[in-house]
Amino acid sequence: MGVLADAWTWLATGSNWSGESGAWHRLGEHVYVSGTALLIACAIALPLALWLGHIGRGGALAVSISNAGRAVPVFAVLALFMLTPLRSAGYAPTIIALVLFAVPPLLTNAHVGMREVDRSVVEAARGMGMSGRQVFLRVELPLAYPLLMTGLRSAAVQVVATATIASLVGQGGLGRIITAGFNTLDTAQVVAGALLAALLALVVEGVLVLVDRLVDPLRKAVSPGPARVSA
Amino acid sequence: MSTGLAARSCLTANDWICGEYLRTRSQELTEATVEHVWITAASVLIGLAVAFPLALLVRARPAFAAPVLGLTTLLYTIPSLAMFSLLLPVFGLSAALVVTGLVLYSLTILVRNILAGLDAVPAEAREAARGMGYGPGRLLWEVELPLALPALMAGVRIATVSTVALTTVGALIGRGGLGNLIDDGVQTTFKAQVLTASVLCVLLAAAADLLLLGAQRLLTPWTRIPKAGRAA
Repeated sequence: MGVLADAWTWLATGSNWSGESGAWHRLGEHVYVSGTALLIACAIALPLALWLGHIGRGGALAVSISNAGRAVPVFAVLALFMLTPLRSAGYAPTIIALVLFAVPPLLTNAHVGMREVDRSVVEAARGMGMSGRQVFLRVELPLAYPLLMTGLRSAAVQVVATATIASLVGQGGLGRIITAGFNTLDTAQVVAGALLAALLALVVEGVLVLVDRLVDPLRKAVSPGPARVSA
Repeated sequence: MSTGLAARSCLTANDWICGEYLRTRSQELTEATVEHVWITAASVLIGLAVAFPLALLVRARPAFAAPVLGLTTLLYTIPSLAMFSLLLPVFGLSAALVVTGLVLYSLTILVRNILAGLDAVPAEAREAARGMGYGPGRLLWEVELPLALPALMAGVRIATVSTVALTTVGALIGRGGLGNLIDDGVQTTFKAQVLTASVLCVLLAAAADLLLLGAQRLLTPWTRIPKAGRAA
């Protein structure tokens, strides 16, 4: 309990929040690299996955990319980047690593979402004379939406978590508060930084769940899925 | 082959790929790999030991489903670096800290997959066993568990591969197996060390995945019957 009180004291001390290595600046860095990376990853993965899903190809690719993404340690990729000229390119090593690890969940979920759209529904839409574009926009996309959002959520959480690891190789973000605490043997600061990083991840997850509930196009039409656990 | 001069210079030239590094640091590499393997194995095994009762609890009392699944999902959201740091006051700079963090992460996947596996057991199989006089314990152990194995093993494979990758973050407290070498290599800009340790991590994950796949095939011979029939 003593440590938590000390961590609270650290968080309540104004000077810990200001300046180049203060919490506000670190939070800003964290949000900046995470947001940028997520946007780039969406721009790469979503059009590709939706197109491949629409034409019904690339299933094996989507799955194997997802498996490979799980096996490669983020820390190793960041470390390798830091030994290349990227080292002196500001936040670039972190952003590129974050993009690499955000693409698999986006790609896989969007693709699976598109492929799981009932084929008979698509056939019916075609039979009604819908063009490929109309089928995509009015049938496939709304039906694939729940899995698309699942992918976006796991990608966002993944990105926020990975941005923390960037501090291990000296890049910015909330993780720096933790590593700086380790370097000065300041457990209160380590725990305070960890609380901030954990809180940010939870907030991101929570906000996305909320957005998902508000925006889902089929929310009113479809009852929520069956409970996981049978009685 | 002129290993002597050419190889020695690859260390001084700080090449990415360096045979001399493999030879001179083989002991260091072996030790790091061994640490990596035991941390991963301990985490997944303890994770299974914790996830199994949790899954059984959720199945027996559906009221626990929301809290158990919610809590494990919540834990999964917490960044690994933060998780390890939050455990620091409890465990100090020990391998137990890393293992505990990794166990908490593995729970999400393991609990869900064990449940999915048990849910997929056909009701007829359960009824037949009950009709033959199987008690709940024997039913679970001899009927439900074997039938749940494919889903369970899928979960174990995902958890193991992720754990191999996540173990590297243990370098934060110097207990990250191959992650320690990566960490050390970044600080000293030692390219061969970072690349070798990273490649070993990926190979370790792939090897573990194949090993588990093999174990699954051995444990569930009945899933191969249709294939064998076609071959004959």
